[in-house]
Amino acid sequence: MAKREELIKNLDETPSLLKGNSPAKSWMDEPVIFDQGSYCYSSKAKSLEYLNFPNPREWTPEEEDWKLPENWQEIIHNAFKERLDKYRSLKIFMDVCVRCGACADKCHFFLGTGDPKNMPVVRAELLRSIYRNDFTMVGKLLKGYAGARKLTVNVIKEWFKYFFQCSECRRCSVYCPYGIDTAEITMMGRELLNELGLSTNWIMDPASNCNRTGNHLGLEPHTYKGTLESLCEDVEDITGVTLNPTFNRKGAEILFITPSGDAFADPGIYTMMAYMMLFEHIGLDYTISTYASEGGNFGLFNSSYLMKKLNAKMYHEAERLGVKWILGGECGHMWRVVHQYMDTMNGPTGGKMELPKNPLTGTVFQNAASTKMVHISEFTADLIKHNKLKLDPSRNNHIIPTFHDSCNPARAMGMLDEPRYVIKNVCNSFYDMPENTIREQTYCCGGGSGLNTNEIMDLRMLGGLPRANAVKYVHEKHGVNTLVCVCAIDRATLPPLMDYWVPKVEVSGLTELVANALVMEGESDREEDLREREFEELYEERGIPYNKGDE
Amino acid sequence: MKIIVPFFTVLALILIAYLGAGSDNLKTLFGVVIPYVALVVFILGFINRIFYWARSPVPFRIPTTCGQQKSMPWIKQDKIDNPSSLLGVMGRMALEVLLFRSLFRNTKAELGADGSIAYGSAKWLWLGGIVFHYSFLVVILRHYRFFVDPVPSFVVLLENFDGFFQIMLPTFYLTSIGLLAGATYLLLRRFTTQIKYISQPADYFPLFLILSIAITGIWMRYIDRQDIVSIKAVIQGLVSFSPNHEAMLAVGATFYIHIFLVCILAMYFPFSKLMHFGGIFLSPTRNLASNNREIRHINPWNPDIKIRTYEEYEEEFRDKMKQASLPLEKE
Repeated sequence: MAKREELIKNLDETPSLLKGNSPAKSWMDEPVIFDQGSYCYSSKAKSLEYLNFPNPREWTPEEEDWKLPENWQEIIHNAFKERLDKYRSLKIFMDVCVRCGACADKCHFFLGTGDPKNMPVVRAELLRSIYRNDFTMVGKLLKGYAGARKLTVNVIKEWFKYFFQCSECRRCSVYCPYGIDTAEITMMGRELLNELGLSTNWIMDPASNCNRTGNHLGLEPHTYKGTLESLCEDVEDITGVTLNPTFNRKGAEILFITPSGDAFADPGIYTMMAYMMLFEHIGLDYTISTYASEGGNFGLFNSSYLMKKLNAKMYHEAERLGVKWILGGECGHMWRVVHQYMDTMNGPTGGKMELPKNPLTGTVFQNAASTKMVHISEFTADLIKHNKLKLDPSRNNHIIPTFHDSCNPARAMGMLDEPRYVIKNVCNSFYDMPENTIREQTYCCGGGSGLNTNEIMDLRMLGGLPRANAVKYVHEKHGVNTLVCVCAIDRATLPPLMDYWVPKVEVSGLTELVANALVMEGESDREEDLREREFEELYEERGIPYNKGDE
Repeated sequence: MKIIVPFFTVLALILIAYLGAGSDNLKTLFGVVIPYVALVVFILGFINRIFYWARSPVPFRIPTTCGQQKSMPWIKQDKIDNPSSLLGVMGRMALEVLLFRSLFRNTKAELGADGSIAYGSAKWLWLGGIVFHYSFLVVILRHYRFFVDPVPSFVVLLENFDGFFQIMLPTFYLTSIGLLAGATYLLLRRFTTQIKYISQPADYFPLFLILSIAITGIWMRYIDRQDIVSIKAVIQGLVSFSPNHEAMLAVGATFYIHIFLVCILAMYFPFSKLMHFGGIFLSPTRNLASNNREIRHINPWNPDIKIRTYEEYEEEFRDKMKQASLPLEKE
């Protein structure tokens, strides 16, 4: 990975369109270059074979020959036509752009890299130029003058590079006067690439794992259970409280599903511990499934087909276990799927599922009447509002938090105030980042939609720059030391981003803060946080007076 | 090239109309045939494009939510920017179509030497867009006076507002300058580095065309005063399907250039980006309520796919699950 100073120097010194320098060539004439760090590794033959995807083979973008099927142009043409017939959004977004440019500087990848093909408008033109050539009269007649171009291998390579340099965050679509959604365009572009067997390993490998074992790391049922049990042991060591989560239990009232990253990866595991502490605290009748143990949906990054296939497990399992409703953990893309696709794809729900009702407060979640799935932050906010949690916010006094709205809960759902309400009730301080960088205007962590892979670390640091920059602002102004989020990908991508741009800012799941503040029955005198760090040292390190009496 | 070609195309069109108008024999072509053809192409083309869009279903409800969702009653929902009801959607669409709500959010981000990013207000595009579109609308409505007799009262009212400042004779209309200024602004910004880079001939062409239409219109009204009575007679002739050849011989070349360019614009419209006028109403990120979890959205082509069932899963891992004392369907 490049040093921070180098990256900044490079940003400052390289001429770019962003800074008003005019590129020598039109984007259509720019060659597509694949060098290490600029692209995601290609998918392996075995994942494609396992999922029955076309053209499984070993290949790499750096090689000249991508081993495309012989009739690849015909495949693309037909696949494009099929999607135009299936998606009104695609037709509209192909036709109505006026190239006003309002989207250009809204993309974190354009801000970070200055690469003109990262402007949402040009990213879409990569596809539009082929649409005009193949499907419009004007394009066929006027060719280049109508913005059309022929489909060549280079176009395919360009698609591969830039549709995997879009994190489908939808920030540009907030500003577009016609609501053109680049995520939709990228999703279509990736579907087309799929038809030729072009995908990335970081998407296809986890997707095949999720299908087989239920979670993206491919951990088998006994390992998954064992991992959560060992987290429970950690909780017992720290708090003295014994947790007894159940697995695959029939007859539970609620099925809890969270991204599997929470079960395995630091700092997600603390959020996982926190969920189980919260449920223990309120005596929730819930169970966790090893079969549907992945909330995150790697299919979303690939195709609507794979999205549906992976998502179907949730209802399948909920119906098998006979639960009343599903409670969903903190995860960005998972909630894009749950809120905007799940019910349409895999509903209506059967089994014993019914209108979600909080068993403690009696609150009926009418907004989830059909999907029957409630977000943990909605659930927690409701518990706090009804005074069902015994909280001591002073236990979080060493934490000065800000909140990172994850792209999908913000722009594909609008869950903005629930998490803020929770934070304000479990912490004594809270500072929002500047308004252009939060809520519906929030920035991507730099690794959404399957881009959180390590071979593009520099790119991720650049894409995450606008987010990091806003954190830096509140870090310097208010001493913010914790970036709170409700997304497992955030918990994986933001820590390296913070280490790189804003050292000393830590990343935490929202529920982790709740669990910190939770005064649990039978708990011992807590001297460590969930990360097993002595409070006394933690406070001292952060220069915050430590009063044990506060707790 | 992408600027020169559309520029000279418009010049050539002007020249064609000028030459055509010079010949009495061709006046029927430019004054009758082309306007009728243009009208038919416009209407059929427009309808065709709308049907082309509408033929494809909306498989998923994918609004871009730009405000707080509806969740619990004590959390204030942003009913316009994140609508959950038809009324909210109508409000959102009205703001979008009538006031360019999304464009109003526009900001400008600037990268500093130390990698910091500063955000500035950027409302000029919004303002330019509003001025251009509303001026164009009023100008078109004002032209209604040529189509009916007597002139309807709403047109007179509009003219009175539009000519509020009465700065010269004939009354100078604000929208004349608004249309010219708006289109000029939209054109000039396309010469700036960033916008020029993303612009295509199809972006310059309609602007050159509309500017030429506006200039010829202003020319006829304020500078080279035309015989309004004859012009109205020509248009009345077209409206009543009985072309008035006498009047057609009496009007000057500028009129023919003006009307020819309008016809070109009308015929170009359905096949171009100008269809954003129709498209905005059908944009699925704006015209749908974000009530996906409350009311199921139906996808007409929802495919039946084979999933990995729990049974298959248990089959593969049964022994390991048993050892881990996980409950099983089959022992």
